[in-house]
Amino acid sequence: MVRGAILSRTPLTVRLHAHGRDHARTLISSLGRLYRAPVSSTMTTAVIGIALALPGGLYLLLANLQAVAGGWQSSARISLFLELDTPPQSVKALGSRLRRHEDVTDVQIISAKQALHEFRANSGFGGALNALPENPLPPVLVVSPALSSSQTKQTSALVAELKELPEVDLAQLDMQWLERVHAMMDIARRGVTVIALLLGLAVLLIVGNTIRLDIQNRREEIEVVKLIGATDAFIRRPFLYGGMWYGLLGGLLAWLLIGAAMLLMAGPAQHLALLYDSKHQLLGPGFKGTFLILSIGAALGLAGSWLAVRRHLSAIEPR
Amino acid sequence: MIRFKDVSKRYPTGYDAVNRLSLELERGEMAFLTGHSGAGKSTLLKLIAAIERPTRGQILIDGHNVTNLSRRRIPSLRRKIGLVFQNYQLLHDRSVFDNVALPLVIAGLPPQEIGKRTRAALHKVGLLKREKALPITLSGGEQQRVSIARAVVNRPPILLADEPTGNLDPELSEEIMHLFEQFHQVGVTVLVASHALNLISRFNKRIIRLEHGKLIESNITKRRRAERRAR
Repeated sequence: MVRGAILSRTPLTVRLHAHGRDHARTLISSLGRLYRAPVSSTMTTAVIGIALALPGGLYLLLANLQAVAGGWQSSARISLFLELDTPPQSVKALGSRLRRHEDVTDVQIISAKQALHEFRANSGFGGALNALPENPLPPVLVVSPALSSSQTKQTSALVAELKELPEVDLAQLDMQWLERVHAMMDIARRGVTVIALLLGLAVLLIVGNTIRLDIQNRREEIEVVKLIGATDAFIRRPFLYGGMWYGLLGGLLAWLLIGAAMLLMAGPAQHLALLYDSKHQLLGPGFKGTFLILSIGAALGLAGSWLAVRRHLSAIEPR
Repeated sequence: MIRFKDVSKRYPTGYDAVNRLSLELERGEMAFLTGHSGAGKSTLLKLIAAIERPTRGQILIDGHNVTNLSRRRIPSLRRKIGLVFQNYQLLHDRSVFDNVALPLVIAGLPPQEIGKRTRAALHKVGLLKREKALPITLSGGEQQRVSIARAVVNRPPILLADEPTGNLDPELSEEIMHLFEQFHQVGVTVLVASHALNLISRFNKRIIRLEHGKLIESNITKRRRAERRAR
């Protein structure tokens, strides 16, 4: 079963303990190795940190833009112009019904009388209106859609749905330019993804190269340990953990860099928000973002060192 | 314990290091391997430990055919063999203790057990007081003794030594050979390759002579011959 150094006659719990011990020991000793070569470790970590900070920062920027656009989205309104002869009770009833709709946060009812009053007050056509025998304006329901982010498709779907209602004569979505903004953001998001993939590849290669050099430097040690009968897994472990540490520390540095960038931008961002009458607060990576950047860093580090180990470790044999 | 059946080792250059060698070493037996430089002594030892692979023939260790042993199984073979080389093969960035404990760490023993056995092995070679020292601060003889301690710490059934007294003075050389004899007395199968014929002859053990990769004589001491006849 377990073809390792640990005798196959020993019970499972003992073997697990032994494995656990070795992993813990290797985890710590590989970190110690990084510490003992501070200059080169710092340089490698710095490169990885910068490589991870760039896509991380860009994603964060996108998230903030999205939140702002979402704010705009939430000021989108659907105006439902009802049939002229709709009785007031029906208007009220429709309003209440729509308020309970899952995609609707609020409905403002403007009765025909109110509409006329507003129109008279705001348009300057007051005199002309007096000449008309009847109120030409229909009752209006102003529907605020409940949409969390950029789902313009959902908004359009809602508009289409409301248009079909028997009482509704005309349904109008006020913010069609929002779709353009979202289209631009989609492009930006694609671009950032491409950058992220390229930089991820770069991190992989950097760690791979560093570990390759490490393997070369420890050639003699590897030969001796193979002579004594260490399994490939035992020999691999410190290098794999070393790569993981590089990635993890790189991720940590990236997190710090993003944090520093946010501090720098907080002032101007707030000023801009004020100018736009926006209550938007600069979004940080948060718990989820932090976890993501650290784990992606660690995973890339591990993958990079795995590539190096696979290629170079088996080439070293005792002579 | 160790059996060579018509084994040949030819290097890519065409050089035959070992030529149709057949040999048998019984469990718990101790023997010396002699011959001129280039006779094939090191190659023989390397073939046992699967550091080299034979081009022809078969090698059996403890009844198992290791001729075409897969890479994955080699570590488990090597863990049964204690190896001592002329160039000590110690790790210079670690203390004596860490060097000797290495086979036990690989075997996954708990820390207390590692401590116990390592110190026992160091005591056996007389270096318990130097456990924290770095190899570079030790003399040649001391380094060789560390190497021996490491080879025996996990109590392997086989002990192989390639010119273990090569760099050492006569007194020290004899001490080292006595150590090997002591290990032999507790049941370890020991094979020592050595040039030092006058030293070897002082021990009453089988002498296997090689010349140009061929077995010339595998002389069993008179006492053994008598024992064998008696059986």
